[in-house]
Amino acid sequence: MSAAPSAHASSTLERWPIIARDFLTSGLPEPWRWLANSLLAIAAIIIVFASLFAVLTLLERKVLARVQNRPGPNRTGPFGLLQPLADGIKMLTKEDIVPRTADRLLHTLAPIALLAFSILTLAVIPFGRNLVPIELDAAVLYFFAAGAATELAVFMAGWASRNKYALLSGMRALAQLISYELPLLLSVVPVVMLAGTLSTVEIVEAQGGWAWGFVPQWHVLTPWGFAGFIIFFISALAESNRSPFDLPEAESELIAGHLTEYSGFKYAIFFMAEYFGMCALSGLGVTLFLGGWQAPLPFLEIIPSYVWFAVKLLTLLFGFMWIRATLPRLRIDQLTRLAWKFLVPLALVNLATAAFWSLTRDWSGALQLVRWALAIVLVITPFVLIGRTLTRGIAPRTYRYA
Amino acid sequence: MVCSFRGYASPENYPRAPEPTFVNVAFFIIALGTLATAAVAMSLRNLIHSALLLIGSWAGIGAFYLWAGAEFVAFGQVLVYVGAVSMVVLFAVLLTRHSRDDSGFEPDSIGRAVSALIVGGTVLGVLVGAVLSTPLKSATEVPAAVQVRSLGLQLMGPHAAALLVVGVVLTVALLGAVVIASPDRPADRKEEP
Repeated sequence: MSAAPSAHASSTLERWPIIARDFLTSGLPEPWRWLANSLLAIAAIIIVFASLFAVLTLLERKVLARVQNRPGPNRTGPFGLLQPLADGIKMLTKEDIVPRTADRLLHTLAPIALLAFSILTLAVIPFGRNLVPIELDAAVLYFFAAGAATELAVFMAGWASRNKYALLSGMRALAQLISYELPLLLSVVPVVMLAGTLSTVEIVEAQGGWAWGFVPQWHVLTPWGFAGFIIFFISALAESNRSPFDLPEAESELIAGHLTEYSGFKYAIFFMAEYFGMCALSGLGVTLFLGGWQAPLPFLEIIPSYVWFAVKLLTLLFGFMWIRATLPRLRIDQLTRLAWKFLVPLALVNLATAAFWSLTRDWSGALQLVRWALAIVLVITPFVLIGRTLTRGIAPRTYRYA
Repeated sequence: MVCSFRGYASPENYPRAPEPTFVNVAFFIIALGTLATAAVAMSLRNLIHSALLLIGSWAGIGAFYLWAGAEFVAFGQVLVYVGAVSMVVLFAVLLTRHSRDDSGFEPDSIGRAVSALIVGGTVLGVLVGAVLSTPLKSATEVPAAVQVRSLGLQLMGPHAAALLVVGVVLTVALLGAVVIASPDRPADRKEEP
């Protein structure tokens, strides 16, 4: 259900990145031009997302602080705006300590590999109407392939430190990442099924157009899409080791988990990789469920597509921070139980709901209401049933005082 | 972010034939990388290092698929091998080792060594025979890129049985890793302090 190309698609605001790129590289002969274009894209991604990382560290501390009713960093520069700079200088000037018996090569390789694969995943996300670094036919598969290698780097960090806490925590982190890989992938399958393609560009275009002129056709605004988005969001939280799933790297758990023996710049690279992974997963969530760079209303298309993508991305990232500020941390057994006993069955049922939605595409008129009602029932009932079954005997808590 | 391949190398613009020398050089680099990492992996004493180098070898095979133009298979290779089989192997090695010292290098007995040589030699013979006896045409023109949709239809239709069999690969990897990693001589089992 793609919309006709809108009149704003060829406006200068939309096309200025392409115009700038062509201005810079049009003089080169063919293979070199492709290389120059690719290098420009890589440079642009790294510059934008590294700056976003710096801003996000400050934003996170401010948001957490405000939720906890305190001001947050406000000493370094006005409103603490130079705090990322101060943090960067601190990290760069710290001593790089590697334990004597640690596996030096792997110890150094782990954060680099983690960062490299996190950046690789950003290559297939359409940041704007003409702004996708690589247009692949199997883009979603590429994203998860590159993301799967990050789990390996986490294990390498835990094992190479030659520290029993780090190794134990590395294995726990690996277990968490593997467990949540499954609901993540299962929540994406309905999107692929209904868009009919694995290409992120085409998935975004399939969410174009407005029903009755003002309701966007994003996947999140359908019953299966809503449930899928929530499952995707929770799994993304776990995949990027964010609270409440930050058991592997929390200070009160096994010292600092697989990061115990890391200091200075390598520690900073780990956190950069975590934020990049967060941005990549949020970007994928925006692409698959929130309509990518599509504007919510037709008259808002004056605002360029990459601005809409940025707005949606920042909203999701703010949601990540909000959850971190609000929810307590889960234990490893609660984590894995949540993944395997709750999210995976729900994701499978969501797949069935999406299949029903896809098969009843031609229902019209009053049958549309039946379709919606049935889909909503199919989404809510397993959630309530499984939730009740799993918490029987545990919830609701009754407090007894002596 | 300023690079969009639309209009240059997007799927509808295939085929684009690169220079022959680039093709050969790339193939040799990928082949060398894959074989070298696999060879070094087999020769190292530290089992975890071996596993990690083997993962590099699998990634090299993924690179080979990309070089050959089979994108879907390449991403599938990385996702399954580097993403899942590697975890299985590492977990199996970690959970069955008693210490992180060197694993025993010598074969357990002459009989085992002989049977290993026979089995390995048989597999090698079958593979070499299959490769040499298949008429593999070298393409004169670069074929059109296969759409993922047609791949999916083929996998779900005529080749569904192959897909199910391939799903067993994780189990096989786990069993192989456990067999290789677990110490089976009583002398190897170190007493817990």
